[in-house]
Amino acid sequence: MSLISLSALRRTAGAFAGRGGIHPETRKYLSADSPIEAMPLPSILRVPLQQHIGAEAVPVVARGDQVLKGQLIGKARGPVSANVHAPTSGKVIAVGYFAAPHPSGLPVSTITIRPDGADRWGARLPRLVPEQATPDEIADHVKQAGIVGMGGATFPSAVKLDLRKRFALKTLIINGAECEPYLTCDDRLMREFSEELADGIAIMARALGVEQVIVAIESNKPQAIEAMQRRMLAIGCPARVTRVPTLYPMGSEKHLVQAVTGLETPARALTAELGVVVHNAATAYAVHLALRYGEPLISRVLTVSGFGVTRPANVKVLIGTLVAEILDHCGGLDGTPDRLLLGGPMMGLPIRSQRVPVIKGTNGILALQKSETRRHREMPCIRCGGCIKVCPCGLMPMEMHGMIQAGDLDKAVDIGLLDCVACGSCSFNCPSNIQLVQSFNYAKGRLAFQQSQKHQQEETKRLAETRKARMDAIAEAKRQAMARRKAEMAARKKREAETETPAVPAPAPTAERTG
Amino acid sequence: MIEAVATMSALGLGLGTILGVAARRFHVETPPIVDEIEAQLPGTNCGQCGFPGCRGAAEAVAEGAAPVTLCPPGGREVAVTLAEITGAEPPGSGGTGQDAEPVVAFIFEDHCTGCTKCFKRCPTDAIIGAAKQIHTVVNDACIGCDACVAVCPTEAIILRTKPRTLRNWHWPKPGTPADATL
Amino acid sequence: MTAPLIISGPHTHSKFSVTETMIAVMLCLTPATALGFYMFGLPAILLFAVTIASALLFEALCLALAARPVGRALSDGSAILTGWILAMTLPPWAPWWIGTVGAFIAIVLGKHVYGGLGQNPFNPAMVARAMLLVALPVPMTMWVLPAPLLSPGAPDLGAALAITFGTPPADIDSVSAASTLGHVGAALDGGRTLDRILPETFDLHRLFFGNVPGSMGETSALLLLVGGVFLAAMRIIRLNIPLAVLGSAAALSGLLHLIDPGQFPSPLWHLSSGALMFCAFFIATDYVTSPVSGVGQLIYGAGIGLLVVVIRTWGSFPEGVAFAVLLMNACTPLIDTYTRPRIFGRDRRGRPLKIDEGDAP
Repeated sequence: MSLISLSALRRTAGAFAGRGGIHPETRKYLSADSPIEAMPLPSILRVPLQQHIGAEAVPVVARGDQVLKGQLIGKARGPVSANVHAPTSGKVIAVGYFAAPHPSGLPVSTITIRPDGADRWGARLPRLVPEQATPDEIADHVKQAGIVGMGGATFPSAVKLDLRKRFALKTLIINGAECEPYLTCDDRLMREFSEELADGIAIMARALGVEQVIVAIESNKPQAIEAMQRRMLAIGCPARVTRVPTLYPMGSEKHLVQAVTGLETPARALTAELGVVVHNAATAYAVHLALRYGEPLISRVLTVSGFGVTRPANVKVLIGTLVAEILDHCGGLDGTPDRLLLGGPMMGLPIRSQRVPVIKGTNGILALQKSETRRHREMPCIRCGGCIKVCPCGLMPMEMHGMIQAGDLDKAVDIGLLDCVACGSCSFNCPSNIQLVQSFNYAKGRLAFQQSQKHQQEETKRLAETRKARMDAIAEAKRQAMARRKAEMAARKKREAETETPAVPAPAPTAERTG
Repeated sequence: MIEAVATMSALGLGLGTILGVAARRFHVETPPIVDEIEAQLPGTNCGQCGFPGCRGAAEAVAEGAAPVTLCPPGGREVAVTLAEITGAEPPGSGGTGQDAEPVVAFIFEDHCTGCTKCFKRCPTDAIIGAAKQIHTVVNDACIGCDACVAVCPTEAIILRTKPRTLRNWHWPKPGTPADATL
Repeated sequence: MTAPLIISGPHTHSKFSVTETMIAVMLCLTPATALGFYMFGLPAILLFAVTIASALLFEALCLALAARPVGRALSDGSAILTGWILAMTLPPWAPWWIGTVGAFIAIVLGKHVYGGLGQNPFNPAMVARAMLLVALPVPMTMWVLPAPLLSPGAPDLGAALAITFGTPPADIDSVSAASTLGHVGAALDGGRTLDRILPETFDLHRLFFGNVPGSMGETSALLLLVGGVFLAAMRIIRLNIPLAVLGSAAALSGLLHLIDPGQFPSPLWHLSSGALMFCAFFIATDYVTSPVSGVGQLIYGAGIGLLVVVIRTWGSFPEGVAFAVLLMNACTPLIDTYTRPRIFGRDRRGRPLKIDEGDAP
């Protein structure tokens, strides 16, 4: 009997259809009780033109220009792209390449602004009364404001609002799960700005034309749940707060949809095909600011935390503020941290330098001490199955890793490499400290590289063919021109000959040749 | 004894005859793989492989006179496909060249006189410019074939590894020193 | 930053490691081992020490030959655990060289020949036990009656050293006895029926608490069960394999018992005798050689349980655990291939799910 009761006691992840998910130490207590504070104007702002998924924005200011707060400085290019605005007033001191907030530290096209300290607003976005606006107008407004998904994926929000044109949408889910450890910025936002959030949610619900709104919050944020529950009536359509289990990766879009609605999104499909759209809580706040105050996305709230930070906090910062200045604002680093991350500890990106800016998708800056980070000592796989047990996608990470190590990427794809969401649960749980996620990231990058090579080869072939065709055409044209000239010459000679000696019979050579 | 030898001989003779007949009767003409190989090659006739054009290279590969890794612009992808077609040993990661970083041409603008020789030679029209104007290379179109480098009268063109950008960056294989991939 | 490598997330870890796992398994084995020490006295302790020392020695040798860091790999505890499990399956009064040869087979032939930790298809300890049993049937079936430490019949240090390292004393036969399984098997072969045989040896109480002849791992089913439950409670193992092993063994033996109680002993007898309990919790659950998915583990466990009963009932060896485990080890890759978990958003065959129109929330 004891066996049976014990097996029932085992923690099962019922939320993801009975499998997967982990319970990392959240350490949210470090910053959960610090109210959101605004950071004073930084000394310099470096605003990258690529802060979103899709095409890079095109700079519309030049070095030396004076810009005002909220002024458009980078214009979206193509359908999947986002506008970039000046976070404060000042002078553009450079338009060029600067280190990206990215593990590679590679340069990215960046506009550098030296704030003049006046923080003067320029023209705000045109006024719009959301209650009277059409969905198209709202979506266009969101597009003008340069709003992207602020949970980290940074997909342009306007594109997501336009999904209503392609699918019959029924439900809007607001992602307030914030399942990454340490991060508390969404939690604080929901607690302190629940009214503004509710307004943003109502606007998005109107733009999407959905029938109901569900705000999903993990059970470890009772205050946020309570605060949001009080505002549900203000949304205008049936809305409710759903308490979801505290389980990583609850914030993953498809897993959240499954936990909230029970629907499993098919592989390679959008949740919109099920009639569900997911937006982040912070995005709702940005929509509120854009519609009510005409304020484009020029600032965001992020969490500064980790044992390596003197004073963990939730800070509202301007986009483009350097990590170093934000850390200074929080009392600086406490000793030399083992790792400096942008984002949460599960999926965040390590950065090499503090002199990189925060961007629209940066939800946290973490300075982790050795005691908090993963060990490096890798040991052989003992096939414990721990990675399979926690994978929320039903994959076999150890097997995929083995295939990737052996160089057989195609086989890894066959058993689901591309269905991996890189949540990191497998690496987290691996007793041998095998870097499974990095292996998958490597393989995905490698595959993309091969794809692009293949594409380039086809392009090369096409270019070579057009060139050949052109060369042939030129040669043909030359030949024809030559022939024409010859013919003309011959004709002229003939005419000349005829005019000079009309009595002479046809020249002999022709007769000889034919003979 | 004699019976045994006779039986075995008869058996061998009979089976041999059957095999011989079958070999003739069911003979399958091996399909010419030259065309198939040529279809995989870039078709730029850039000459980096040392054969006269892509057709010549395809013939050499089909005969086994050249390795499947002969095409630098094709890179590893082509090598793997060719290995599949010819049944040759697929290129391992330890071999030379096939997994190397892609290279592209780069023009030192200070030295460029705008003579247009290079872009006349470029097999993929990857060099843009006009007479008496400085030429530039379109990185995405350049296959690093070396043709322009050879013809430049002022030696203003070099080949360099394709610059890494955020778009073509990817995570290194676990355990590889980061510097090796940058 | 100080990190020389570009390291992908996650940057935090569950703090669960191979070494800790191995140590936890050893801790859970400790109660049953301690009872074994107590029951079989100093010779058993000496043999245990020799076996583990040999296992460590061979592990170090193999690692050195393969030019791998010896200290680091030794500290993972896997060699100690293999030696420990092997020692638990040997006759407690066996001479030292049985332990050493067993450790050689387990570590060198059972593990490092395949590439070391994590690469071996068969459970190393069971490979060793099976080979020893086939090659050296006499010393491997020389069971003794328990002679608890400090009891009048227990050998003192000198006698123990003689038993393990020297020539066994002439009177060893006086303490030797057949294990329960061996006795019942032999008697059944002799044409007697169970209702006559069982009262002679079968005492469920004794079997359960370990006061019976056998190897250390065959004695106390109760302490092994306790250790196994702790193992599951610490979430080192899932209960899939143990439950499947015990359940299927009970089911098959129960069926047979219903058919002819005179010929086939009851399920309770099967579960509590021999190494079945040890196997269910400590041998079959070996990570390296068992399937990884839950369903696969059930199939694997059920296979072992059934095979054990089949071998015990119809085989020529009284105990079938080692052979059953090895046979199912061989099936593990196959089971793994056919019991992949379903990928999120795909059906069992890997195709994307279809969207059902009436499915909307």
